[in-house]
Amino acid sequence: MNTTNLAEALPRVYEQPQEQKTIIALKDVNIYYGSFQAVKQASLDIYEHQVTAFIGPSGCGKSTVLRSINRMNDMIRGSRIEGSVRFHDHDLYASDVDPVLIRRKIGMVFQKPNPFPKSIYENIAWGARINGFRGDYDELVETSLRSAALWDEVKDKLKQNALRLSGGQQQRLCIARTIAVQPQVILMDEPASALDPIATGRIEELILELKNSYTIIIVTHNMGQASRVSDHTAFFMVDEKRRGYLEEYAPTEQLFLNPAHKKTEEYISGKFG
Amino acid sequence: MIQHVGNHPFGKKHRPHEVVIETLLFLFALFSILITVGIAFILVRESFLFFADPDVDLLGFLTGKVWQPMIGLFGFLPLLNATLTTSLIAMLLGIPLGLFVAIYLAEYASDRVRGFLKPTLEVLAGIPTIVYGYFALTFMTPLLRSLFGESRVDIYNTASAGLVIGILVLPMIATMAEDAITSVPKDLRLAAYALGGTSIETTFKVVIPAALSGLSATFLLALSRAIGETMVVALAAGAGPNLTANPFKAAETITGYIVRISGGDVSYNSVDYNSIFALGLVLFVITFTLNLVSRKISGLFHQEYD
Repeated sequence: MNTTNLAEALPRVYEQPQEQKTIIALKDVNIYYGSFQAVKQASLDIYEHQVTAFIGPSGCGKSTVLRSINRMNDMIRGSRIEGSVRFHDHDLYASDVDPVLIRRKIGMVFQKPNPFPKSIYENIAWGARINGFRGDYDELVETSLRSAALWDEVKDKLKQNALRLSGGQQQRLCIARTIAVQPQVILMDEPASALDPIATGRIEELILELKNSYTIIIVTHNMGQASRVSDHTAFFMVDEKRRGYLEEYAPTEQLFLNPAHKKTEEYISGKFG
Repeated sequence: MIQHVGNHPFGKKHRPHEVVIETLLFLFALFSILITVGIAFILVRESFLFFADPDVDLLGFLTGKVWQPMIGLFGFLPLLNATLTTSLIAMLLGIPLGLFVAIYLAEYASDRVRGFLKPTLEVLAGIPTIVYGYFALTFMTPLLRSLFGESRVDIYNTASAGLVIGILVLPMIATMAEDAITSVPKDLRLAAYALGGTSIETTFKVVIPAALSGLSATFLLALSRAIGETMVVALAAGAGPNLTANPFKAAETITGYIVRISGGDVSYNSVDYNSIFALGLVLFVITFTLNLVSRKISGLFHQEYD
């Protein structure tokens, strides 16, 4: 038996030590857009208070899998899912589940900063308002902005339109806005890809701080970023029918230093992608 | 027709046909500007003739409450009042209706419903205004009279005309408002949904406020259109100036009066005849201002997202 076969014989899903608690579990997830299958048989567990990175070449379905976790795929006409996505052991796709309530527990930050064209204050307060938050809004705005490491830069101009902030500040505002709804999980879809290196660095620092309070899943094209911020990395690949699938899932250090699969090694060493 | 200048392989080329076409296009553009300037010039010149008349003074024109050319009273407030009444009623009907149609089209309608609703709106927009005028007279007025009583509603009244103008501007409001709503970036909707917003919350608390400047521009243009609307009011609002706040009474609008005078047998050079140019100038100034403000507002709107 040669080494390639041995690697492929290994289980694709990394066996996690007992002490880490699973918060989200995907099992045999297939996702379709119309007749096109975008994701094939994805199974993985996401662990609480850890940062999990999804990496892989374009079209490998990593963003699609991410959006299936807070049912943002529902927004795309013709999308359909098979298999199960469980959050704290609740099936997120059960017929009596309200996607609106899921999104209040599983927040999302997008690729391009997308603050509302309202004041900084109103951006933070919006989510809390529609949630019927009855507490102190000033305090909520301050804590959220502090958690997103933005308070010192904006505390004197909370009434200013958020669109006047720089790209990096806008993205941290979007993170603050997500935190304000008090989710348990934050999904980040390439949150730094539209930002310059300095702003990217601040987002990465922020992710490391936030993992104490939240579970974070981040999709990234930047392998350096995945290795810097994440505890676990899932490498997605695309098959000959352009379907995405999970190739390898392991603790980040192991996946980058000692990948079990040949394709993973080729991808992280930059042979394709 | 291409000739090199000098011997240089990348030397400038003469392309005479391009110059000819460019000049022609410029002349056409210039022509439309000249027409606009010409119309404005005629309006101003004839208005001067009107205001030069000994019976007329500008203050009396702007503040007078009676318009009776026969006895030399040229206060244009009754006409303006009727114009504003019909336009206001038109907006009260047209804006909410047009906005809801636009929201439905932009945010909720399936492709099938859209494919049916959009052409229907276009048909509505293609109906000649004279038909709307008859519609006001033969359908809306009888409807109002049966609802509110024949003693209370005149046969000619501003309410009927205003409501029908509201229907007339509906396709315009719906189409332009839909454009304003769909040009709100999709990212903002996703952000609202990702924060746990329902579709109603997303539409009314994020999308509509974000589209507000585009929507205001739309409403101003529609108002401008309603103020300038002529056939409906000429047929249904009444012939005879009347300063009243009651929309069930007959009252002649600025445009209605202009139609009556220019179609009637008033002699040229009479004060009556000249008065329509002064009124035309007033209309022109009002609609021109509204259009300018509307352009300004929609310019701001585009700045926000570029």
